[in-house]
Amino acid sequence: MESTISRKHFLKVSALSAGGMLLSFSFLNNGFAADSADDTVFTPNAFIKIGVDGTILLMAPNPEIGQGVKTSLPMIIAEELCVDWKKVQVELAPLDSKFGDQTAGGSGAIRGRFAALRTVGAAAREMLVQAAALTWNVRREECTAEDGSVVHKASGKKLTYGALSSKAASLDIPSKPTLKNRKDFKLIGTRIKDVDAHKITTGQPLYGIDTRREGMLFAMVARPPAYGKTLASVDDTEARKVNGVKNVIKLQNSVAVLATSTWAAKKGRDALVIQWNTSEKLENTSDHFAAFKEMLEKGTSSHSRNDGDVDAVKQNAAKILDVTYEIPALSHGQMEPLNFFADVRDGKVELYGPTQVPGDVKADVSKQLGISAKNITVGLPRQGGGFGRKLMTDNGVEAALISAAAKSPVQVQWTREDDMQNDFYRPAEMYRYRAALSADKLLSWHQSGVGIGRGTWGDSYVAGALTNYRSDNQGLKSNTPTGWWRAPGANTLAFAAESFIDEVCAELKKDPVAFRLELFKQAKQEPVGKLTYNPDKYKSVVELVAQMSNWGTTPSGAYRGFATWFSFGSYVAQVAEIKMVSGRPKIMKVFCSVNCGQVINLSGAENQVQGAIVDGICHAMFPKVTFVNGAVAETNFDSYEFLRIKDAPLDIEVKFVDSDEAPMGLGEPALPPVAAAVANALYAATGKRIRKMPFSDVLRQPG
Amino acid sequence: MAKYTLSINGKMMSVEADADTPLLWVLRDHLNLLGTKFGCGVSECGACTVHINGNAVHSCYIPISSVGDNKIVTIEGLSPNGDHPLQQAWEELDVSQCGYCQAGQLMAAAALLKNIANPSDEQIDANITNICRCGTQVRIRKAIHMAAEKLTSK
Repeated sequence: MESTISRKHFLKVSALSAGGMLLSFSFLNNGFAADSADDTVFTPNAFIKIGVDGTILLMAPNPEIGQGVKTSLPMIIAEELCVDWKKVQVELAPLDSKFGDQTAGGSGAIRGRFAALRTVGAAAREMLVQAAALTWNVRREECTAEDGSVVHKASGKKLTYGALSSKAASLDIPSKPTLKNRKDFKLIGTRIKDVDAHKITTGQPLYGIDTRREGMLFAMVARPPAYGKTLASVDDTEARKVNGVKNVIKLQNSVAVLATSTWAAKKGRDALVIQWNTSEKLENTSDHFAAFKEMLEKGTSSHSRNDGDVDAVKQNAAKILDVTYEIPALSHGQMEPLNFFADVRDGKVELYGPTQVPGDVKADVSKQLGISAKNITVGLPRQGGGFGRKLMTDNGVEAALISAAAKSPVQVQWTREDDMQNDFYRPAEMYRYRAALSADKLLSWHQSGVGIGRGTWGDSYVAGALTNYRSDNQGLKSNTPTGWWRAPGANTLAFAAESFIDEVCAELKKDPVAFRLELFKQAKQEPVGKLTYNPDKYKSVVELVAQMSNWGTTPSGAYRGFATWFSFGSYVAQVAEIKMVSGRPKIMKVFCSVNCGQVINLSGAENQVQGAIVDGICHAMFPKVTFVNGAVAETNFDSYEFLRIKDAPLDIEVKFVDSDEAPMGLGEPALPPVAAAVANALYAATGKRIRKMPFSDVLRQPG
Repeated sequence: MAKYTLSINGKMMSVEADADTPLLWVLRDHLNLLGTKFGCGVSECGACTVHINGNAVHSCYIPISSVGDNKIVTIEGLSPNGDHPLQQAWEELDVSQCGYCQAGQLMAAAALLKNIANPSDEQIDANITNICRCGTQVRIRKAIHMAAEKLTSK
């Protein structure tokens, strides 16, 4: 297997000042082109540092938000480099153009970096082998790299990478390093625990909230109490009297209180007397849903997909199904409430804190402060969850503005209430599904979605497998902010579409697994219009999960639901098995099959899948965000209900389809189908369709 | 401001703080014990769980003035070398994802095992109420069972 380093990528090697070797991989066409001048000189930060003492340091280039890339990305380098994982040290890279796109989002880190990081590791390995061959005056082909050393089998000679590093640094970088065969992988595909596992279990400071710097003040910010309100005036007399309060900063639409401790900052913030103007309409969730219903009733003549003739086929239908699904807005609720450290002094900016988009934070701070990006650094702590919230830059920008105004290093800490009242919410949505059925066939499928902001998007796999298919979308303008939330679009669409197909199956008395397999067969043999998925891969996960769960033989007293979904390049199928205990579902087990190409870290991959399933169940079952006169009603975990261990499945069995293909996304794909799998199991148990989230609201209703 | 002397992880520590300061912020901001985490501030999520006289409590909800001479143990003091059977099980089963809630989860689990040496699934359900947004509950349950087995087989 050979890899070509494309023209836009080049490798650089340099001798470390203290000896040793440093290999970096530069990305010129990555949106950081303005900084690319930095790439032409020796680089202090790189993916691989090998010291003469044998130390091997690998850099994890993407933000770690709990998706495991601080472990799995360096594993890819280590595999090709042929080093002993136990001896490798890993660091999170700070923001630097030489690390390429440093985003945590779209389940893209492994997908986007697999090939490049293999090449980085392989190139370094070849140079170390070459260095050994030159040292021993033997042919390169006679030498092999193993566990951080190069050996010459014929003579029994052996040198460590550390001993070879200085010589290796003087060699040319191979333009086409030979990559290992998958069968020779020692690390990729194995179970590797998180590199920070011990630090986490012993409570060592790792997170943004743990930042402590000389002279740093703690800040809390009073932000508008409702969407549609803006700052009119503030009286800070009482706030300034609070013990420990050092400063009060008025920003455009908020007021920050700086103090010597978090608690003093909070007490100072609470002592502010603020007048807010109502400058826009104060919206209500009840009005959003009333508008949704009207829009769905009225319909739209603009279709995002329109195969065959949905209208004509209705004339001959034996039955028409016509149902709607309601999906509330959600907060992100990542466990670490937002925070950010900023130190803006003398035209220089140091930023350190939780973000999924450090490059955007830098660009936005540069714009807001009028300070050149060259004078801004962004460091990345480990992060207490992301889930899409930190694709927005507001927490970083706000900290920089406060530090600039206060001329002091500052850590802005958000309370949970601040976090939930100032989110970019998963938008509320409604879906209407209509299907025409003959006695034993699905004739047509019409999906209509409405949502806050841009509205809904996407289609299920029914599109492409059915002759008559239509989908349309409408958005509802609102001043309540919306954003990306784990598996955006898919997390709601999969619930509605996979619930509705179960309704179709029940109506037609078809087995849900067999019915899907029939659709994939049709999509493969006679695709209708554009096919946006691979029917064989869908089939692979559906068949695997059917086998894992012994589908068709439900244990006594249990009920099962099935769902499957494709997102971020990966295919997932799930069987949820529940029991009813005093009218409430107890989820006994979820079986989950995944086709995501090659698995990098088996433990991490399984953890992502298990976690996404629990996350999906939590948000299907419990929380919702309600806007009342522009304000969020659920501002903390006392009202924003959340899953506890008693509500989690007792067991989640995960199997990956063996694959030679490049790895696909995995942080998100296991979340979308699980809500429908549980809802379909609930239907099997109770005969009642749940067409509204959170399910607990529906289950609480009598009857 | 008043002066308080607290027993934390077997040591006496003095701090000056307002009487209403929650123990959580005393630990974090005054004593630089950063392992105990802030999650909700209303005693709901358990990220701030510590032990007071061996019982799991939410430190975000306990004013420093009420602590007195009760013995506090934080995640930093759970074991001398980070080798409590729960910590070992957490690592062996690779429980953590983002990891932020795990100190609180471990403290809650450690208090549970002190009271119930070998808890059933139902006892775990009834006693562990901490929130984990990453969804590590399946592994947390397994790790508690693993540690309990190790402790009871000694």
